[in-house]
Amino acid sequence: MFEFKLPSLGADMDEGTLVEWKVKPGEAVHKGQVVAVVDTSKAAIDIEIWQDGTLQQVLVEPGTKVPVGTVLAMLLALDESPTAAAAPAPARQRVSPAARKKAKALGVDLAALKGSGPEGSVTLADIEPAAAASAAAPAPADNRPSDMRQAIAAAMSRSNREIPHYYLLETISLERAWHWLEQENTGRPITERLLMAVLQLKAVALTLKKYPEFNGVYQDGQFKPAAHAHIGVAIALRQGGLIAPALHDVDSKPLGQLMPELADLVKRCRAGSLRSSEMSDACITVTNLGDQGVEAVMGVIYPPQVALVGFGNVAKRPWVDASGGLCVVPTVTASLAADHRVSDGHRGALFLAELRECLQQPQDL
Amino acid sequence: MNASELRSTVLEILQSIAPELDEALLRDNRPLRLQVDLDSMDWLNFLIGLSQRLKVVIAESDYGQLVTLNDLLAYLQARLPKGHAGA
Repeated sequence: MFEFKLPSLGADMDEGTLVEWKVKPGEAVHKGQVVAVVDTSKAAIDIEIWQDGTLQQVLVEPGTKVPVGTVLAMLLALDESPTAAAAPAPARQRVSPAARKKAKALGVDLAALKGSGPEGSVTLADIEPAAAASAAAPAPADNRPSDMRQAIAAAMSRSNREIPHYYLLETISLERAWHWLEQENTGRPITERLLMAVLQLKAVALTLKKYPEFNGVYQDGQFKPAAHAHIGVAIALRQGGLIAPALHDVDSKPLGQLMPELADLVKRCRAGSLRSSEMSDACITVTNLGDQGVEAVMGVIYPPQVALVGFGNVAKRPWVDASGGLCVVPTVTASLAADHRVSDGHRGALFLAELRECLQQPQDL
Repeated sequence: MNASELRSTVLEILQSIAPELDEALLRDNRPLRLQVDLDSMDWLNFLIGLSQRLKVVIAESDYGQLVTLNDLLAYLQARLPKGHAGA
């Protein structure tokens, strides 16, 4: 018997409302299968399971709001039979009597609270801040833009509070990449054309292999490097707001595969059809505001990540070439916002220099 | 397809990319991407939609000519296959 918990959905999403179960008790599930849909302040997320088994008992019903980490269901492992395993009672939330009374008086939803007392119990001290937060920003169910803004604000405030940022900028010639892309796209039907953004993502992923201290998370007082180059791609939603789901294994995929994957990610992000793994396993974020015409982005790191790479607009600008001659070439300003707890400016400068070199060899991306 | 039908088709495809688009606020002689907030992925999807619906080949080297809605309509009108119904 094993537990299926609501996974982490990113630093700015610490609770969710179960919308529906995709499987019924008694049905088999396999690793990677979407088994439930959970609505968060940002979007509805398809929740995957990462172990094969059989759904034994549902512990959370649709319509219930629960914090990340809540056991949603119990499952039987492949080698267990239904008779051999008895489903334990749902873990009861411990709430002190005084806290329960106060919560009732202030209208605080206990199910959505994480307790700070012994063994996670909810104490009186947890109730008043929750009530104050709720009063400061009432959150009707259909008010997603407001909820999302609040969630982004909370994550970014945490980032600015906890992460000692430093920022570096590098203007990079894209002359070779530009011409290579032009030539490459000439031979492709419009449905298979590549965008410069894909070259930039791949270049970041390859750079991370050489500078792994920018690819990972800072948790429990230490840096934990990532084993894969899962890059969070900042995607603006048309109704406002922002989500940065992960594009997986960017370093090992050819551009021709990354392009449709990126297009699909953007499409699903805007349609509200992202997967829990995409919301939780990015270990660096790339943001590209070039289409809005800005020259450079000084980003705020998405915790617990330790770095964010930004790209400004690609435009033709005056440039001094290697022989000292003045010319006009397409350039982009790449920026790195990084965490001083993990790296310093010298390594950050080397990271940007390597990124620059990667973009000079577009045929190798 | 006449000019009015072409404009309606183009706006219909544009609205599938940018559902919040308010046609009344659109100025045909101003940069389209800026008015509708189309990033490079939106722009590519828009052009794919036009290309597939109108059976017009849009070369990447021509993107620079397609700044305003007027530019786009003139470009497409000149390349529409004869007798294309826009279906």
